Amino acid sequence: MGPDGPRDRRRRPTVRQASAFPLVALAGNPNTGKSTLFNALTGLNQHTGNWPGKTVLMAHGVTRHRSRSYTIVDLPGTYSLLASSAEERVASDFLCLKPPDVTVVVADAGCLERNLNLALQVMEVTDRAVLCVNLVDEARQRGIELDLRVLAAGLGIPVVATVARKGRGLLELMDAVAGICDGSIVTSPKRVAYEPDIEEALARLERQLERGLPPGAAARWLAIRALCGDPAPAGTAAAPRALTPPVRPASAAPGFGKGLTP
Amino acid sequence: MSQPATALADRIVSSLYRRAEELATASVTRRARGRDMTRIIDNLLTSRLTGFPIMLLTLGAILWVTVVGANYPSQVIGSVLFAVEDWLTSVFTTLGWPDWLHGVLVLGMYRTLAWVVSVMLPPMAIFLPCFTLLEDLGYLPRVAFNLDAIFKAAGACGKQSLTMSMGFGCNAAGIIACRIIDSPRERLIAVLTNNFIVCNGRFPTLIAVSAILVNQLTRDSLGASGAGAFASLIVVGVVLVGIVMTLAVSWVLSRTLLRGAPTFVALELPPFRRPQVGRVLVHSMLDRTIFVLLRAMTVAAPAGALVWVLGNTMVGGQDIVSHLAGILGPAGRFMGLDGFIVGAFILGLPANEIVLPILMMSYLTAGKMIKLDGLDALSGTLVAHGWTSLTALCYMLFSLLHWPCATTLLTVWKETNSRRWTLLAAIIPTAVAVIVCIVVAQGARLLGLE
Repeated sequence: MGPDGPRDRRRRPTVRQASAFPLVALAGNPNTGKSTLFNALTGLNQHTGNWPGKTVLMAHGVTRHRSRSYTIVDLPGTYSLLASSAEERVASDFLCLKPPDVTVVVADAGCLERNLNLALQVMEVTDRAVLCVNLVDEARQRGIELDLRVLAAGLGIPVVATVARKGRGLLELMDAVAGICDGSIVTSPKRVAYEPDIEEALARLERQLERGLPPGAAARWLAIRALCGDPAPAGTAAAPRALTPPVRPASAAPGFGKGLTP
Repeated sequence: MSQPATALADRIVSSLYRRAEELATASVTRRARGRDMTRIIDNLLTSRLTGFPIMLLTLGAILWVTVVGANYPSQVIGSVLFAVEDWLTSVFTTLGWPDWLHGVLVLGMYRTLAWVVSVMLPPMAIFLPCFTLLEDLGYLPRVAFNLDAIFKAAGACGKQSLTMSMGFGCNAAGIIACRIIDSPRERLIAVLTNNFIVCNGRFPTLIAVSAILVNQLTRDSLGASGAGAFASLIVVGVVLVGIVMTLAVSWVLSRTLLRGAPTFVALELPPFRRPQVGRVLVHSMLDRTIFVLLRAMTVAAPAGALVWVLGNTMVGGQDIVSHLAGILGPAGRFMGLDGFIVGAFILGLPANEIVLPILMMSYLTAGKMIKLDGLDALSGTLVAHGWTSLTALCYMLFSLLHWPCATTLLTVWKETNSRRWTLLAAIIPTAVAVIVCIVVAQGARLLGLE
């Protein structure tokens, strides 16, 4: 069943209207409450459930905040933008090819470290990111306390604590999103420094890639992907062949190579 | 992936991890925690000793609630809708409209819709919210954890139990969910076997037919509550046959067409979360139940009209439905079914929800007319057309195992982008259904059990 139940159509703006609004993507590890946050923001009824991997299709919705409208995209959960499964690649390709106006990385406060790994990757793709530390109530119950100011300083992007199920922190989150959109908040992401030889290779690849990419695409991150041996996103003539050998399953059966990738 | 790329990936990823670790260490403090209830519950839910019994009990409990809870509303809705049919008939008579129009609109379309609503709506409205509550609570990953080893042994992916669970809602949704499986080989196995999980289009049918089976076997000796429990046990049995078949076909596929070793998956067990009860009820009622019901009704209305026309068009002294049933009869009877049943399954390709209503329609237009009042009329009609307990059993097995509905096939085609795999997704279950039904029917007849 699609994300749009029969009830939702009425209050949904047309595609043209919606595409004029700033685009905000929700990215994050599986089962951190992206869809719950999406529903809380948009009033839609995207299917939610407590298990990782539930959202496999992107859902779009519109939210209003301080009399401005924003288009929200709920991305499938992913542990890493360097991931290989079809549903995880959806998120990765979406963010890399045309980075949204703001990317909200939704993190589970209960296992921050693993979630930060994705946040750092998203910061490679775009400057315009917000970290939304969700499920803080659950973490507190388990004896986990977070110092958001230290975290924000260390990352160089706004950090907001939320409990999406109860609607807590959504205003603050949208304030941060709005601030990035209208330029009142300027982020200065502190990126990971790789080893010198890798940085050098990245710089070279980046220059090479930029020619084949749509404007605004995240050349640096695509260079990292290429170095890691990930295939280029569909629809680009980008990644150099030599670095991306086609990955075929050894068990390739007839009709197989034509692609399970959506 | 070439070796140097992997080494580079490792170095890049470890730089990222190191930074994430630094940041987390600086910003997170942990107090000593008290008793961890989640861990205690998890130990119960996923232990070798208690994990499986709890799973079976949960499934049994949900089905029991559905069987028992759906019975009364079904009767009420049925009697109301069929009272409306009588009223409609009198309106048509008063206005003097022609018989054929009354036949197509009331006896064909309306009656089929009434069957779809009264048989389908109550079980769906109970089962779907129950299932969604479990999903919200966080039970599904525990099920996946329990079944992981079994799926591995069948050469499939442990995550297949998650996509399988989604199949309980709708096979098409289950097949889309297969995207969470990384390896294309394992993903295809999951796609091709999802159909063996009873979707909610088939649940109500199974529940209705199991009640008939129980009635046939026990002749009312159990009482209402005993019969309900017995019927839900039978449905649990059918669901288990489906799961066993999923594993068996996965095992065969992973040794023939889709050879390969199962890959390792990391499965996350999220903490239990209190389900958002209000949300779940609204969401599963309005978005899922009504959506599925409307979809079934849009297919059922024209199908009902078609069956009425076929059942009332005489060719060579016999109506077309009876002709078709006559042609399909020998093959049907060999599988413990009859020609009408096989015909209904074929006409029911668009949606599993309409198979039983179409069957009722074909029996009623082609054969004896029976006064319809509620669900009792259903079993009355079926028994009057020669249903035995063996027919009921074979019907349930065929419904469980046969080809997927059109929506599901379309989804397979979209997901695999291959006509060949879509064809296989139809052929494999059909072959399994035919073989199992033949074995059961012939075995029962050989042993003189019918």
